[in-house]
Amino acid sequence: MRSRHRVWAYGDHVNTDVIFPGKYTYSVQHDPAALSRHALEDLDPSFASGVQPGDVIVAGRNWGNGSSREQAVTCLLACGLRAVIAESFARIYFRNAINNGLLALACPGVAELAQSGSELSLDLDAGELVLAGETLHFTPLPPSVRHIVAAGGLIASLKAARGQ
Amino acid sequence: MGATFSEKVLARNAGRARVQPGEVFDITPDVVLSHDNSAAIQRIFGQLTQARVRFPERLAITLDHAVPPPTPQHARNHAKIRRFVAEQGIPHFFEMGRGICHQVHCEEGVVGPGMILLGADSHSPHCGWLGAFGAGVGRSEIAALWATGELWLRVPETLRITLSGRLAPGVMSKDLALQLIARLGADGANYMAVEFDGPGVATLSPDMRAALVNMMAEMGAKNAFIAPDEVTWRWLEAQLRRNREDDWQERLAFFRDQALLPDLNAPCAGQLDVALDEIEAIVSCPHRVDNAQPVTALAGTRVDLAFIGTCTNGRLEDLAAAAEIVRGRRLRARLLVIPASSQVLADALDAGHLADLIEAGASIGTPGCGPCMGVHAGVLAPGEVCISSANRNFRGRMGQRDAEIYLANPAVVAASAVAGEIVHPANLLAEA
Repeated sequence: MRSRHRVWAYGDHVNTDVIFPGKYTYSVQHDPAALSRHALEDLDPSFASGVQPGDVIVAGRNWGNGSSREQAVTCLLACGLRAVIAESFARIYFRNAINNGLLALACPGVAELAQSGSELSLDLDAGELVLAGETLHFTPLPPSVRHIVAAGGLIASLKAARGQ
Repeated sequence: MGATFSEKVLARNAGRARVQPGEVFDITPDVVLSHDNSAAIQRIFGQLTQARVRFPERLAITLDHAVPPPTPQHARNHAKIRRFVAEQGIPHFFEMGRGICHQVHCEEGVVGPGMILLGADSHSPHCGWLGAFGAGVGRSEIAALWATGELWLRVPETLRITLSGRLAPGVMSKDLALQLIARLGADGANYMAVEFDGPGVATLSPDMRAALVNMMAEMGAKNAFIAPDEVTWRWLEAQLRRNREDDWQERLAFFRDQALLPDLNAPCAGQLDVALDEIEAIVSCPHRVDNAQPVTALAGTRVDLAFIGTCTNGRLEDLAAAAEIVRGRRLRARLLVIPASSQVLADALDAGHLADLIEAGASIGTPGCGPCMGVHAGVLAPGEVCISSANRNFRGRMGQRDAEIYLANPAVVAASAVAGEIVHPANLLAEA
């Protein structure tokens, strides 16, 4: 099934400090409204007020490098962001995304096509997206971790496994 | 066919004869690290409605990120963690002021050769300098580990870095780390294990090894490793005698038994040879760690705050290098020194380093992370410039979006504090 999304485009090596500043790490932890207010605060001050549910971020290499803070994922979920699609992800960010149910799609070639405000169409079943008239294929998740995403995250999958 | 350290240690944990890079399976770490984030992890753990932590003896919780607590909210956070530690009977709990988790775990023998540590902190590879496997994960994963003791892990490809020669005087392992990151990029070892070997390793002191392995997180490494040698074993024995009077011999024997060495012929995804003699003192410029330049190219850059500390460069040799430079001088920039642990603080006091630093005008903070991630204890004002011995210079990292952070070795940081601008220590000493 194909879905349509508005794009926020960013470059290479966007780190977790600019996605969710460290100064809030122990004061803003769970409240979705507060988390979403600080999303991308030190990268793009227009993001938090302008993002709409269903939007996607398209970025370059090594998205989410730096700190392991999970709010760098949950603040984007709190904004209603549908997915982060990047050339590549830093490994802890990628794990945090899977474990919290944020779609993190590694898609080589995507960054150079992306412009903020453009439209991207996504077909998860087919593993492809269309951006700027080009069709690209993204890397499937390792089979062994797909069940975590399918369950909605790590804690949800643990609860399901225990019949909770 | 030989195997790397990471392959060996993960295979042993999984009960397999051998494993291949790219395979994913569940492992059961020996140590599960968390810190001030333990209160948030506790909340996630609570969703699982499981009363008891599965293996409380494997948890290691340290209060280090915001100590002493700067606000009532941080204080409540700490109080919640203390209650949890008491309720669950967690033996490895380190109070505020004991130091930064990574440093304290090494000093206390919580982690050692051949052990596996997973931590809710991105500098968890740190313990690899002792020959352990350490990797960072997220808070939800630590909550799951508290509940089950297991977590999925992918076997990493290995980048082998072979060191030869010896660092020149005034050059520190921080320079080697910044040079590697500049050369390979901030994702140069993403998802990979970095294993150091070669004759140059023996020339690096324990403190230099710790800083080098610690910084590999900034190259994206999953873990980094130095094989335990005589330097490592001497350090471990001294630490265990000092901090574990009752069981140091058993602990040392356990580490000897657990230690694993990589095979020399193990196939690696990458191989890099580095001559230590060719490394020069360099500085990483705003706002990326891989954006490095020689110190001399940045000479004259104004400095408002010089910061020496963190899990990267807050150890005794780092403080000694700084004290040596500031001794008998006055500072033109503010100098903030935060020892990585209470042990470092005590040793620096004994050695006279603190007196040198204080006499010159430095301020000394409570052992812990300090202003590294911008929460408290020395954050920056708009327009300020900081030179720091820490590990990250990202925009906003020290609490202020419109500030600049340069990263350098502690000698360069101290010399720049004296000059009020970035300066090579050799040039500062030549002026005197």
